[in-house]
Amino acid sequence: MTRFLLIVNYDNGAVDEPMLSWDPADIRAHLAYYEALNRELTESGELVGGERLAWPEKSKIVRADGTSAPVVTDGPYAETKEQMAGYQIFDVESEERALEIAARLSAVPGPGGVAIQQPIEVRQIMDNDDELGLDL
Amino acid sequence: MTEPPDTENLLRDLAPQVLAVLMRRSGGLDSAEDAVQEALIAAARHWPADGVPANPRGWLLQTASRKLTDQIRSEQARHRRETAAVMAEPPDVPPAEVPAADDTLTLLLMCCHPALTPASAIPLTLRAVGGLSTAEIAAAFLVPEATMAQRISRAKHRIKTSGVPFRLPGEDERGERLRSVLHVLYLIFSEGHASTSGPRLHRQELSAEAIRLTRMLRQLLPDDGSVTGLLALMLLTEARRPARTGAGGELVPLADQDRTCWDQQLITEGVALAVAAWSQPPVGDYQLQAAIAALHDEAVRATDTDWPQIHLLYGLLERLTGNPMVTLNRAVATAMVHGPAAGLAALEPLDERLAGHYRLDAVRAHLLDKLGDTDAALARYEAAARGTMSLPERNYLITKAARLRQERQKRQQSQPEGSAQAG
Repeated sequence: MTRFLLIVNYDNGAVDEPMLSWDPADIRAHLAYYEALNRELTESGELVGGERLAWPEKSKIVRADGTSAPVVTDGPYAETKEQMAGYQIFDVESEERALEIAARLSAVPGPGGVAIQQPIEVRQIMDNDDELGLDL
Repeated sequence: MTEPPDTENLLRDLAPQVLAVLMRRSGGLDSAEDAVQEALIAAARHWPADGVPANPRGWLLQTASRKLTDQIRSEQARHRRETAAVMAEPPDVPPAEVPAADDTLTLLLMCCHPALTPASAIPLTLRAVGGLSTAEIAAAFLVPEATMAQRISRAKHRIKTSGVPFRLPGEDERGERLRSVLHVLYLIFSEGHASTSGPRLHRQELSAEAIRLTRMLRQLLPDDGSVTGLLALMLLTEARRPARTGAGGELVPLADQDRTCWDQQLITEGVALAVAAWSQPPVGDYQLQAAIAALHDEAVRATDTDWPQIHLLYGLLERLTGNPMVTLNRAVATAMVHGPAAGLAALEPLDERLAGHYRLDAVRAHLLDKLGDTDAALARYEAAARGTMSLPERNYLITKAARLRQERQKRQQSQPEGSAQAG
């Protein structure tokens, strides 16, 4: 089994309108889709965990040299689209399976029930197996 | 075994036997398994305080039977709640005498059934045959308990729906089924080989559990060479564990390990088993791997290693399995026998089959370094470090590359400019 981190940014893919201006029924369908998918992936024993993050306006950046007082600044000020909105960790049989799950997440319905094609970043998590397995 | 069996070991030896009896009665793995888990928990609570009962197996069987009866009763009660039907008191079933050894083997074959993926078979085996709790298994595999519970219940469900009967398979089927048991045990053992400090303890327990189950399997099938070979391989690998990681948790390659830290008792037992396995034909991959491990473990210093023999064995293993990872190891042995240039030549056929694989890069780096081609070695080490998904391996490869770069720098500084360029 291999663990993957699936990252979602504030990037609504093919949809330009922000979610706040969607039809309420579309928002409900959108959230219900995630809920059903999460239930399915919990029952399959693949979903390890995940969180949605608070809006990035209040995020802080901390820099410290270990001795003097840490420097705390507001930010980052990258484009909202590039900010992480949430993540999930899956423990799956293969990379193919991780990509399959990412595709399901990406196809979440938006306005009019149309898949929004949200970009999902798939990153493999490093493990601690030292199976170099070589007689070096 | 050298230690007296404590309560936990006793319980876990008895767990599969009791489970098998219940399954024969109730037919289902699912409810029987839950009942046995409850009985195990009850025993773990009572025995240390009240003393182990005179007939521990009977005690467990009776307790588990009662739990199973309770379960069936509450399920039936649920069905009948509306009609308020009253159920007759089911009698306590006296412990039946059954050949416990056959039961344990049957259970192992069932849990490791080829219809299950290893990801399902592993936790199911650890729970049903090993008697471990879901929480313990989840901790060892670094997933939440709920996630592991889902996997176990799905595995049970898969067994139920695929209609695997609870009986020993016929001779014709036995070989293939046993292979899949050995594979699952081997995977459990390998899972236990992590080298970080945090989850390390839990994972070491996995290796210990794999060894315990393989010992049990060997008692059931003492004449099977692959079982003997697998147990030997596990013991000989486990023997090196204390030397495999440094003080900071870093990976220490075989050649640099402090061999005085190796567990001599395990080596003695492992070597004897490897020899025994060799005389139990047909000689398969586990016997060959055990023989190679024995040759490493018997070398007092790295320079004492019988590389020609290891080279020969890898050749046999390569022919048997066709596994490119074996070819990779054989190339290392080739280099030890015939020099690094010959080793590098032996790697060439792998360029296609293992293209871009970090292990190929790691071996090539190692051999290029031995040949004195520092620049090429550096590039390969860096490629390997980028390719591995294992943190301890990456740290090892990065450190190796950094050391090489430092040496090259020193060499260049100590040489006049002209000759450095000429070299």
